[in-house]
Amino acid sequence: MQSGTVPVVLELLDICKSFGDNRVLNDFCLTVHEGEFVTLLGSSGCGKTTLMRIVAGLEPPTSGRVLLEGADMEGVGPEKRNINMVFQNYALFPHMNVFQNIAYGPKLKKLGKAEIAARVDEMLRLVQMQGFEKRMPSEMSGGQRQRIAIARALINNPRVLLLDEPLGALDLQLRRQMQHELKNLQKELGITFLYITHDQEEALNMSDRIVVMKDGRIEQEGSPAEIYDHPRTSFVARFVGSANVLQGTVKEISEEALLLETPFGCFPCSRDGMAAAVGESVTAAVRGENIAILAEATAPCHLTGVVKEKTFAGGMLRIVVKLGEETEMVISRQGINIEYAIGEQVALEWPACHCVPVDRGDGR
Amino acid sequence: MSKPSVGTKKRDFWWMCVVPLYLFTLAFILGPMIYMVAVSFATNNPSGYGFQWIFTLENYLRIQDPTYLQCFRQSFELAFSTTALTILIGYPYGYYMGRLSPKGKKLMMFLVMVPFWTSSLIRLYGWLILLQAKGVLNGLLQALGLIEDPIKMLYTYPAVLVGMVYALMPFMILAVYSSVEKMDWSLVEAARDLGASPVKAFWTVTFPLTLPGLLSGVILTFVPSMGLFFIADLLGGNKIVLVGSLIQDQLTRGSNWPFAAALAVLLMAMMTLMIVVYRKVTHVSELEGRL
Repeated sequence: MQSGTVPVVLELLDICKSFGDNRVLNDFCLTVHEGEFVTLLGSSGCGKTTLMRIVAGLEPPTSGRVLLEGADMEGVGPEKRNINMVFQNYALFPHMNVFQNIAYGPKLKKLGKAEIAARVDEMLRLVQMQGFEKRMPSEMSGGQRQRIAIARALINNPRVLLLDEPLGALDLQLRRQMQHELKNLQKELGITFLYITHDQEEALNMSDRIVVMKDGRIEQEGSPAEIYDHPRTSFVARFVGSANVLQGTVKEISEEALLLETPFGCFPCSRDGMAAAVGESVTAAVRGENIAILAEATAPCHLTGVVKEKTFAGGMLRIVVKLGEETEMVISRQGINIEYAIGEQVALEWPACHCVPVDRGDGR
Repeated sequence: MSKPSVGTKKRDFWWMCVVPLYLFTLAFILGPMIYMVAVSFATNNPSGYGFQWIFTLENYLRIQDPTYLQCFRQSFELAFSTTALTILIGYPYGYYMGRLSPKGKKLMMFLVMVPFWTSSLIRLYGWLILLQAKGVLNGLLQALGLIEDPIKMLYTYPAVLVGMVYALMPFMILAVYSSVEKMDWSLVEAARDLGASPVKAFWTVTFPLTLPGLLSGVILTFVPSMGLFFIADLLGGNKIVLVGSLIQDQLTRGSNWPFAAALAVLLMAMMTLMIVVYRKVTHVSELEGRL
């Protein structure tokens, strides 16, 4: 997505990190371009926070290199890196008021009093917190502290801003609003963001590029659309948007699609340039919202199962259909109810274009 | 007949617990204190023991005597230097103790607490053995050929200072340790990230946030060091007379209870003032420290 003319700001080369026998990062490589919003997405313990601490200089890598604008950062302390971080718990200095917190960086740079005051004012305006100069961190809500933490980092004009689950402690509504604001702020300032989250929705909403991490490695890297529509592995398919993952044997091959046979019926899957052979086993992912649930099958190729559960959550109806002893499909639909009762037999269908092969041997 | 309500029962129980507490405080703390203040305004019986309940300010006016003022001055000086030394040693000690692994913390805590298992008087005799002319320290220095004749260590001001610092150090260490333990180290990381060197981060973040602990350590060492008379008596001979020794002396040998009471009231008033100031200072930092 990034063209070759956009300069590289941050480069991570073969970063490894172990704590004792526990290997947290494995040959991690990442290139971040100027002005890009890159999100590291993964469940807790996947090494994303450790990676961020290595970039900030708070933790040395066991091996590998961090390059900031081409300069090797080995042995360079966090105070000498032009990188700032927004901590998960905000880490505002409790003994300083808002002004003193934001002015902390510029004061260390020995800027003039008037200049500092002007810069702090500008930052407060940027995060819409004017008039809060005298407030102590203890006198503010989580969302307000969050904005101050961002202002305190941004005032230093960092080349890269690191954000470690910055919205994790906020309630859903505020989180949505802050997502929007953060994205706008990033676009407005053109600062490179390296963002950590375990929330796939957050990652999909805000990022230019998502790096899905698992066990200290990159599982898949790409634009939100790529990650969402073309998950490469069953892990990514399940983690991002919780897709259904099914295994089947190739029964028929056409130019665009495959027909996969399972014990519960058959289903179509896009071929996606895959060099498949009849009889080969293929894993495929299909999202719940793309599955049609029917009393009578309309296509010859469909799966059959029994309705096991119906729940209504977040404006969507979630239906669990049991195919076999250990195989269940989760289907989501608009609306508050469906006409099928629990225990009723149903047919599941979808067009080939909504189903993609994952965990392929060809590395695509 | 109506049954007593749950509320009444609860209140009865509450009173049963609280009344003895009040009685105890009244009988053993407040009562003696009031008695002491009263005695400080009574007239001493010049011919032998006892005093008469005749109101006088004589006891307080007598403190203006240069000998007694000198005694107060000396006590303050010793308390100040004791506190200063306990800060210099106790703060770094408590700081590093607070940064150890849980196992290391346990071990160090144990080591700090061990001296409390023996009577402080016995520990003081230990210092006597170490410091006397034919004692361990002089013997060691002579054996090493660093000195020819024994140095006079015992019955000097430094000996008293060493004894005081030794006795009060654990309080400073534990007070500092408890505040370092509670410290959120991500704040120091944030300071580093924002451009502070390790030293700068310490002085702008760690130190102010552990200051309440340091200040309570100061109170815990300064206040008792004003009253600890037996250390000065044992290690200082009778050259250094502290307020504590003076009060004890007036109470026993001098048998002037009203004057002893006046000295004690004055000492207590000074200490109270210090604690009030301390509370004001820490109240402010506590307010700021609440996150």
